[in-house]
Amino acid sequence: MAAAGSPGIRAAGLTIPLIAFIGVTFIAPLGTLLTRSVYDAEVAEILPETLAVLADWDGSGTPSEATYATVARELLRARDERTLGRAATRINRIQSGLRSVVVKTPRRLGRDADADPPSSWREALVDIDDAWAETATWRAIREAGQPYTARHFLNAVDLETRPDGSIGAMPETRRIYVPLYLRTLWVSLGVTALCLVIGYPIAHAIAHAGSRWSTTLLVLVLVPFWTSLLVRTTAWIVLLQNQGVVNDILVLLGIVPDNERLAMIYNMTGTFVAMTHVLLPFMVLPLYSVMRSIPARHMDAAASLGATPMQAFRRVYWPQTLPGVGAGSLLVFILAIGYYITPALVGGQSGQLISNMIAYHMQTSLNWGLAAALAAILLLAVIGLYVLYDRVVGIDRMRLG
Amino acid sequence: MGTAAPHVEYRNVQKSYDGQTLVVEDLNLAVQKGEFLTLLGPSGSGKTTCLMMLAGFEQTSAGTILVDGVSVQDLPPDKRGIGVVFQNYALFPHMTVGGNLSFPLEVRRMPPTERVERVQRALRLVQLEGFEDRRPGQLSGGQQQRVAIARALVFEPDLVLMDEPLGALDRRLREEMQFEIRRIQRELGVTVIYVTHDQQEAMVMSDRVAVFRDGRIEQVASPETLYEEPERAFVAHFIGENNLVAGTVVGTDGDICAVDTGGSTVHAFDVAGSAPGDGVLLAIRPERVGVAPETGQYANELVADVVDVVFIGDHLRVRLRVGSRDDFIAKIPNIVGHGRVLPGDTVRIGWATLDCRALPPDPTVLQTEND
Repeated sequence: MAAAGSPGIRAAGLTIPLIAFIGVTFIAPLGTLLTRSVYDAEVAEILPETLAVLADWDGSGTPSEATYATVARELLRARDERTLGRAATRINRIQSGLRSVVVKTPRRLGRDADADPPSSWREALVDIDDAWAETATWRAIREAGQPYTARHFLNAVDLETRPDGSIGAMPETRRIYVPLYLRTLWVSLGVTALCLVIGYPIAHAIAHAGSRWSTTLLVLVLVPFWTSLLVRTTAWIVLLQNQGVVNDILVLLGIVPDNERLAMIYNMTGTFVAMTHVLLPFMVLPLYSVMRSIPARHMDAAASLGATPMQAFRRVYWPQTLPGVGAGSLLVFILAIGYYITPALVGGQSGQLISNMIAYHMQTSLNWGLAAALAAILLLAVIGLYVLYDRVVGIDRMRLG
Repeated sequence: MGTAAPHVEYRNVQKSYDGQTLVVEDLNLAVQKGEFLTLLGPSGSGKTTCLMMLAGFEQTSAGTILVDGVSVQDLPPDKRGIGVVFQNYALFPHMTVGGNLSFPLEVRRMPPTERVERVQRALRLVQLEGFEDRRPGQLSGGQQQRVAIARALVFEPDLVLMDEPLGALDRRLREEMQFEIRRIQRELGVTVIYVTHDQQEAMVMSDRVAVFRDGRIEQVASPETLYEEPERAFVAHFIGENNLVAGTVVGTDGDICAVDTGGSTVHAFDVAGSAPGDGVLLAIRPERVGVAPETGQYANELVADVVDVVFIGDHLRVRLRVGSRDDFIAKIPNIVGHGRVLPGDTVRIGWATLDCRALPPDPTVLQTEND
């Protein structure tokens, strides 16, 4: 064998940059995301000794005086190391209200509590807040200290761990994620269907128009594609808002009275309209490329064989466009299900989708674990639908052009 | 045939796509029942347009097309019941062969048992039994061709149009299919209107051939008549090989005229009804030209110089200079006793008077000869 290795190995070497690129930009972030959804050692690192002592606690009543002493000491240290807030936030997620308890305890204890310990840590803490006398508080601390947890995933599907350890549905008022997933699914399906209904005739016109028209129409489809997403979405605000162009025209034509202008933006309608518009090219382009490959003679042939235009379309044309329909629909659906910016801008309260909630937990509530769990479920759902599509339609029948 | 109403009739049909140039100008043509008629012409001569107007895919700009004496003007293509075989077959790739053949029967709501029977019969006709579950993409070009023909016949139309159906096949397969199509047509007795630019194909298959040129029909006749008795210089030039010599009529005697070819005077069969002084084109088939070293053997004689001699096998192909042109061809049969000629020889060439036809002059045809 030559020193340079076989050609096969050298050829494989050429793919190293690609593999590295995929690893850095795709696999690593996804891995981090998935890890974060089940692993959070923050509290375990801030209050290690407390958790060690709590491990021996039987979970009923309140723990021993030694535990109170340990938690007080570690809270004081956490305050000095400025990690107290992070621990407080996480404990608060298990049981809301505990944030203030955790934060105020070392402050009230005072700086010199360590040097001059009170006679009973337990009394001192309960004195600061009654919560320290409750079993639930300690359970919450112990729960928050678990580095590996299914909590985020349970939370993401509106389930919770009951005090007795069983898993059950959250109270009705706190179930927000499952309805949101369903809404996202529904909106994505709706947008996909709308894109298909609008995009199919457009693609047909482009594919079978004369070459001059065809180019013009294609450019008309592509120009929005080249325009900033923000500009396009903002344009819809201009058009659809209460004092916007569409409402003005409707009022002018007397279709809608001036004091009952339609609410078409900052709600579900806005999300639907803007998303359909933004995603339409992703439907039109695969359809167009598939339709262009269907000879116009096929329709003539069908007619010569006695098929009416409707029969010819249904039996001859439509089946041949299915690979494009599949490709376009899958593309639009997958883009829609993770759509963020358009609902954020024009969706208002009722037009928010699951991605907006993920962004909220990433940026505002800083509950990255929950955000990661929500995103992971979304990812699984997309993969699941992809597999389903493959089973039903066959992914190899899809054609992007 | 004869006096019966024609199966298909074009009456003063015109077609223009842009409203200015006529792709088909004033077409008149009658096709009899059971006839195999070929529209022959170079590409762009309007023959396919004529076919597509009959099928209903194109509208006529003026005139009428009658099928069985009734105008089909307002009938959509799917109501005309005409079988069409397209240039690239236009088989439906998402259906099996059986599905393709079954399609015209399904849209006619034929019961399934009868459908299966008809499909089998059509497959047997084109010798493709057992292929019904294949997809068109899995078939060779020749097999696809057969499927296309079977599909155009399966619903038993009495009129079938074929638009260059053999254009995509190689030569061997094409010749095989020519006989096959002819056999099927005879077997079923259907009327076929066939479009091709291949004159040999037209000669082999047709009862009659209509020679198209620039949207007009130059001549409609049986292959033999077209070859032996062309009425236009274009036909003489397009069908087979012909020597065309320009000349001026100097005298007429019934069907025979005397023509001055610039030096010598020869006699020819007068097609155009010429008068003295008219310009004509003389057409003489190369195989009717005799080449001899001495004078006095032929009714019409010209002096020529041998430019080139090519040995083909069964004949010698001799290129001669006559007057200013050096593209006069003579085919000398390779038979015992026939004298050899060599380049540089000066010879006499001659022919029988009736083998030479004096045709109306056609500058464009002579132009192409000059190229």
